[in-house]
Amino acid sequence: MPSVQIMDQDAIRRAVLRMAHEILEKGGVKDLALIGIRTRGVVLAERLRTAIKGIEGKDVPGGTLDITLYRDDLTLVGPKPVVRETLIDFDITDKRIVLADDVFFTGRTIRAALDALVDFGRPALIQLAVLIDRGHRELPIRADFVGKNIPTAKSQNVRVFLGESDGQSDHVDVQGAV
Amino acid sequence: MTQWKHQHLLGLQDLTAEDIELVLDTAQSFKEVSSRDIKKVPALRGKTVVMLFFEPSTRTRVSFELAAKRLSADTLNIAASVSSTTKGETLLDTARNIEAMNVDLMVVRHGTSGAPFILAQGLKCSVVNAGDGCREHPTQALLDLFTLKEKFGRIKGLRVGIVGDILHSRVARSNIWGLTKLGAKVTVCGPATLMPRGIEAMGVEVCYDIRKLIKNSDALITLRLQKERQQDKFLPSLREYGRLFGINREKLAEGSDELIVMHPGPTNRGVELSAEVADGKQSVILDQVTNGVAVRMAVLYLVLGKHDM
Repeated sequence: MPSVQIMDQDAIRRAVLRMAHEILEKGGVKDLALIGIRTRGVVLAERLRTAIKGIEGKDVPGGTLDITLYRDDLTLVGPKPVVRETLIDFDITDKRIVLADDVFFTGRTIRAALDALVDFGRPALIQLAVLIDRGHRELPIRADFVGKNIPTAKSQNVRVFLGESDGQSDHVDVQGAV
Repeated sequence: MTQWKHQHLLGLQDLTAEDIELVLDTAQSFKEVSSRDIKKVPALRGKTVVMLFFEPSTRTRVSFELAAKRLSADTLNIAASVSSTTKGETLLDTARNIEAMNVDLMVVRHGTSGAPFILAQGLKCSVVNAGDGCREHPTQALLDLFTLKEKFGRIKGLRVGIVGDILHSRVARSNIWGLTKLGAKVTVCGPATLMPRGIEAMGVEVCYDIRKLIKNSDALITLRLQKERQQDKFLPSLREYGRLFGINREKLAEGSDELIVMHPGPTNRGVELSAEVADGKQSVILDQVTNGVAVRMAVLYLVLGKHDM
């Protein structure tokens, strides 16, 4: 299937740095914690934490969320999807949580992530940071921090490649015809 | 990663090494759920799990029930003493009637080897074996494997001794299947009267000297001496068994300090294990119980997937 590259390594680096600035602008580092949604959201959350440390010189807590058990299509999919570990080793109650994910599409992943998060405590605020917003929401959910908005057809496939999770240089491409 | 393809879990004999690894990896993820304040995830919401127990059990039944509840499934307990089988209904009829109320999974324990197979063939819902006769107790072996992997970081190459009444033990059989499939070196040890002839064909070594076994093992799985099965004079006395095959501090000291001692429970203190060993720092008996919930959550989760695709 033909694919078109829409972000390269530099574009991704700049987008992450800008998002880090925006996160800080909207509330500083006080009570801030970043939680990545497996798998590439974890990479994005880590990069945002590194960028925030570079800007403010402070470490903010980070966590990993696996939303498999909260999916709304669990009874519809074939063999059960692989469940990975959720790692949140701090109390999220009264924290400002920034959820990170790579591609923001239907909003169902985020819905599941919100359900999962509230099982861990009651954050003061939950915000959403995504590298790509490709539209086609099926739920009333929006992102607070966006790396890049890409208009797509629903049939197209947006693929994000990040060094840490995919073993190849960072880039984003769109697969399939409009 | 491999995908789970089994509608039932009847024994480890039917699983591949990859299947077993998948259960262990999935259980690792589920272990965290039980450590939360809110110990519940919605993965099996709306599913109904029935425990059908024709033999007494506390640990296994409670463990399965907690596992199902922590996945948000509804659970129902049926004990043999109050079921219609005492009125003469057959096992399959009892199960079919329960299934007719639209249950999704039955966890079955039965004194007859193979009983879960009869149910699996005659029912549309999933069946998980919680112990059948002297044949298999797959979830016990899976939680033993999980505990070994947690303590040693691997199974391959581990030297594991299984001690006790091998003849009547479904725990021993399931563990032998699982351990050998994952590449552990298994030695079974016990009185000659309780050692099945030809057990070597399962890929294990036989040893009759507990001290030698302790010196050459990384882990010992001690089995409960089933007093209810000892009327047939397999043993002169429980005391003699304890003296020859029971593990106490003095015998344990001959092995490595890293050696771990396991037991599926319930323990006959002073027979298989002395109290100081059962409660000692080399004992992982309570870790096994904790891990049992995570392993059973993984099994319920995987078995209740769709398999007809």
